[in-house]
Amino acid sequence: MAIEVTDANFDATVLKNTLPVLVDFWAPWCGPCRAVSPIVEEISKELDGKVAVCKVNVDENQASPSRFGIRAIPTLIVFKDGEVVDQITGAVAKNNIMDLINKAL
Amino acid sequence: MLQFDAVVIGSGPAGLNASLYLIRAGLRTALIEKNSAGGQVLSTSEIENYLGFPKGVKGWELADLFSAHVAEYPVEHIRNEVLNMETQEENGPMHILHMQGGEDIKTRTVIIATGAASRPLGVKEEEKYKGKGVSYCALCDGNFYRGLDVAIVGGGNAALEEALYLSRIVNKVYLIHRREGFRGAQIYLDKIRAVPEKIELVTSAVVDSLEGEPTLKKVVVRHVTTNEKREIPAEGIFVYIGHVPNAQFAPEGLERNEQGFLVTDQEMQTNIAGIFAAGDIRAKLCRQVCTAVGDGAVAASSAIRYLEHLNA
Repeated sequence: MAIEVTDANFDATVLKNTLPVLVDFWAPWCGPCRAVSPIVEEISKELDGKVAVCKVNVDENQASPSRFGIRAIPTLIVFKDGEVVDQITGAVAKNNIMDLINKAL
Repeated sequence: MLQFDAVVIGSGPAGLNASLYLIRAGLRTALIEKNSAGGQVLSTSEIENYLGFPKGVKGWELADLFSAHVAEYPVEHIRNEVLNMETQEENGPMHILHMQGGEDIKTRTVIIATGAASRPLGVKEEEKYKGKGVSYCALCDGNFYRGLDVAIVGGGNAALEEALYLSRIVNKVYLIHRREGFRGAQIYLDKIRAVPEKIELVTSAVVDSLEGEPTLKKVVVRHVTTNEKREIPAEGIFVYIGHVPNAQFAPEGLERNEQGFLVTDQEMQTNIAGIFAAGDIRAKLCRQVCTAVGDGAVAASSAIRYLEHLNA
């Protein structure tokens, strides 16, 4: 299961994580977000223990998306050692997300 | 190899309805879904013209209702993507679907309902500003432009509808269209003309370039006859200029029109026996949720009849 992250625990859960982290910035009313969310869940199971998979609901948490200049959702960002490795926007296919994650592995 | 009587590719309204009809006819049916069910319906803010919802319905709510309906039946859901397909002779045509990952699938009938994707703007800066100003979904991204100025490009119903949606969130919307007149429904135009301080019409204009660092700050448009340029101070640009068919995986021998949409007869039969098409992927005039649903039912009925003849 992907971990729900808030503005309050973003630093501790994402930036200070010892594993690479995939963060899915989403909102419940966003169609393309709903389209990618099952893929994100699938990845969280497959890469359990290798990559931390998190979700940030941008409706309830505005500070984190604005800190990373997010202007569209879904945006998926891969972090490693507190730094942004790369990001991708839109309802992309699973292999695009895997390519993104592989940059941090 | 997995084998089915019927395989539906795509889980928008056309594919979901086709699956419903096929499974109710007792066929072993698989539905191949790349993403969550709903297709473009998922990205539509409000649907006002689907019969039975007098107050309108949110796109995602309708998508949820569609998939809940199909979930009542034992359709085999396969979350995967078709890479390509071929047809072999095996006491009649047999279609083989080669998948992105996992087992190939064998089936007597295929209904292609993969729909269409947003047509890109076609300016060279487009890729650079994706997620940094360029958007194809006002519902998803509109909120990030609260109180700012944005542009929207297009002249059909989607452009007009989403311009109205954005006008309630942002400071000002510039509606850019390459012609003087709009194709969209009069009811939307009347609503737009009633709020000239919120929506400015920029007609006979095309987008020339996008500028700004690190995110979009300016949209440069060019008048189609005078070539005169104008800078529009927009931090976002929403693109609603039509669609391109998602048919890359379909066999080369499948007949397409000039734009690449699949050609069928009125029973949704393509030029290859056993392959049917339904919904926005088809060459047709009216691309709506209701026509997609209708196409799905017709395609399924044709596939059912085709199988009866094959097995007779």
